[in-house]
Amino acid sequence: MGVKIGFPRTLFYFIYFPFWHAFFSGLGFEVVTSRPTNKLSLDLGVQEAVNDACLPIKLYHGHVAELKDKVDVLFLPRMVSVRKLDAETFCPKFLGLPDMIRNSIAGLPEIIDEKVDLARGFFPLWKLGLKIARRLGYKKDWHTWRAFVKAKAAQDKYIRNLAAGVPPQVAMETAVTGEPVRLPDVPVPDLNLAILGYPYLIYDSFVNIGLFEKLAQMGVRAWTVEMVPPHRLEVQGKNLSKHLFWHFSNRAVRAAFYYLNEKRVDGIIHVTAFGCGPDAMVDKLMELEAKNRGNVPYLTLSLDEHTGEAGVLTRVEAFTDMLRIRRREHESVVSHHG
Amino acid sequence: MKVSFPIMGNSYVAFKQLVEQIGHEPVVPPLPSSRTMTLGTTYSPEFACIPFKILMGTYLEAIEKGAELIISSGGHGPCRAGYYGEVHQRIINELGYKTKVIIFDSVNMAFKDFFKKLHYILRTGKTSWWQFIKVYRTVWDKLLALDEIELLAHQVRPYEVEKGKTSEVYRRCLAIMDQARTRTQIKEAKEACFRLLQNISQDKSRKPLKIGIVGEIYVQIEPFANLDIQATLGEMGVFTKRGIHLSEWWMETTHQSHNEEKAVAAARPYLNQMIGGHGILSVGETILYARRGFDGVIQLAPFSCIPEIVAKSILTQVSRDYGIPVLTIFLDEQTGREGLRTRLEAFVDLLQQRRQKRLGGAVS
Ligand code: SF4
Repeated sequence: MGVKIGFPRTLFYFIYFPFWHAFFSGLGFEVVTSRPTNKLSLDLGVQEAVNDACLPIKLYHGHVAELKDKVDVLFLPRMVSVRKLDAETFCPKFLGLPDMIRNSIAGLPEIIDEKVDLARGFFPLWKLGLKIARRLGYKKDWHTWRAFVKAKAAQDKYIRNLAAGVPPQVAMETAVTGEPVRLPDVPVPDLNLAILGYPYLIYDSFVNIGLFEKLAQMGVRAWTVEMVPPHRLEVQGKNLSKHLFWHFSNRAVRAAFYYLNEKRVDGIIHVTAFGCGPDAMVDKLMELEAKNRGNVPYLTLSLDEHTGEAGVLTRVEAFTDMLRIRRREHESVVSHHG
Repeated sequence: MKVSFPIMGNSYVAFKQLVEQIGHEPVVPPLPSSRTMTLGTTYSPEFACIPFKILMGTYLEAIEKGAELIISSGGHGPCRAGYYGEVHQRIINELGYKTKVIIFDSVNMAFKDFFKKLHYILRTGKTSWWQFIKVYRTVWDKLLALDEIELLAHQVRPYEVEKGKTSEVYRRCLAIMDQARTRTQIKEAKEACFRLLQNISQDKSRKPLKIGIVGEIYVQIEPFANLDIQATLGEMGVFTKRGIHLSEWWMETTHQSHNEEKAVAAARPYLNQMIGGHGILSVGETILYARRGFDGVIQLAPFSCIPEIVAKSILTQVSRDYGIPVLTIFLDEQTGREGLRTRLEAFVDLLQQRRQKRLGGAVS
């Protein structure tokens, strides 16, 4: 068919791309992504988006601007909800994102901005897939079903790999190419840190300035939200009177509770976007929780377009140094008495 | 019990009576001041928005005055305001206070929870449901009257001959309303206030510019949060109408009025999705103001307010399509009165020029 479908390599990309990639290619479309976030995506984003938007939203604008002339159709789904849970939805910016894009960037190709609202009805994801396929002029529902099944399998595998601790880039590559996982060599870690935050900050190494690579070099084992077994994640957060409204925030907070409950980590780093609305709540909740449950050291890393590599590095180094000193002191106290 | 509540515009006059008549001792927090702001900013997360911070400060001031229970309203997202109560409570506990924060989420979405909480408050105040209904009706009258008085004040102000007179009379009106207790008294007090306001000497030959105000509900309603924008504009000779008054909001949430639907429908071609807070209304109301011949629109929003950021990015297009200038003002603890005044003056100048141009042929 030769129709090119554009998928910006940011935001939902880091969680849902394997599904959509497999789905669209299964239908015979060519899936084109923007390049991994770089200086250009940033500059374009800053230029196109309202200046009050947070970094991830600006970047999304940037990725769309980069893609728009290279594809026939842009896939910019409106993320409303991905499961049934009270009023759980996404950050309001996600909800209005296709409209923001349309009203800010000129010369866009056709946009598929179908609502992803999986809280209602039966087989909502399948219905959504079907709707999109038909909208793209795809008539053979049976083929759509086949593509759909494959897409789900690819997605499941991706999530499983993330949960097993496969580095995200590797997991993504494996999910898209179908090749086996090949893990990079890193020093044996002696510290465990929970690195919590939204996938589009955590798994984009341009945005977080290579945080994970650096942690690995520093001998830190990083634990992320996606590495909490799903059923264990669900049961966290019972002490909150209300779920948070935002899917990714719920996950981050619950992951924090999980790592605190299980006493699996020596500290927590919360990675957040400067000025992120939901995170103003999330950050305070986690901070208080870490403090009240055994004074677990907590660091907030807030990222924006001006974040410099040096700054992040210094702060993370200082944090890990502090943890190691703390541990040594603790060990010596124990041995005195032992 | 000593019960307190947030300050939001003139509503405290009515809430005070409500708390008192259901058998509790009302603690009216001081009207928000720079001290409130400082307290609030100190104990809030840095990126919480200004309503969160002012409320935080207000709660702490209420606690200083002995409040044991604070009643506030919540929401069901996706705007974070719906989650504020939870975080406020945790911060209050963290500071070592025992004061409880009770959050009422909207009746429609959390019916049982709403009544459970209400029941608790009535029981501890030894008030029956029957008594409550009577009190509710009286207080509702009061809330309505307060809003009508405020609306009238905004109408009179651009015509006042003596600058600042309306605001002065308005303050007196609030004191008069505070005294009125029964439904009859409230009616009489309202009429008295109307007369007072109408008697202010006015220069009716003026042709004020008309500016519509849209945006997030708290900063629209609470003058401390918006640096008294309506009074400031009024004294510059501009007529303003804002999108929401508390009584209207309550009518909407309880499905007694349907103005919001009109705004939502108007917004649809630009934003076809509820995005929480007031976001979609900011877009819709701007369009309605444009259709009704207003000269301009001001969008008021707390700094970093997500739904309003979405709205802003869409309003650029709306403003172009409808030919109506829109000024967005993001408010935070650093926004200063003078800076704001300068921006308003510039905006008003622009609108004047546009009007002159439009009238150009006919008038000269
Ligand atoms: S959740 Fe935060 S970082 Fe993500 S889009 Fe919303 S405001 Fe931006």
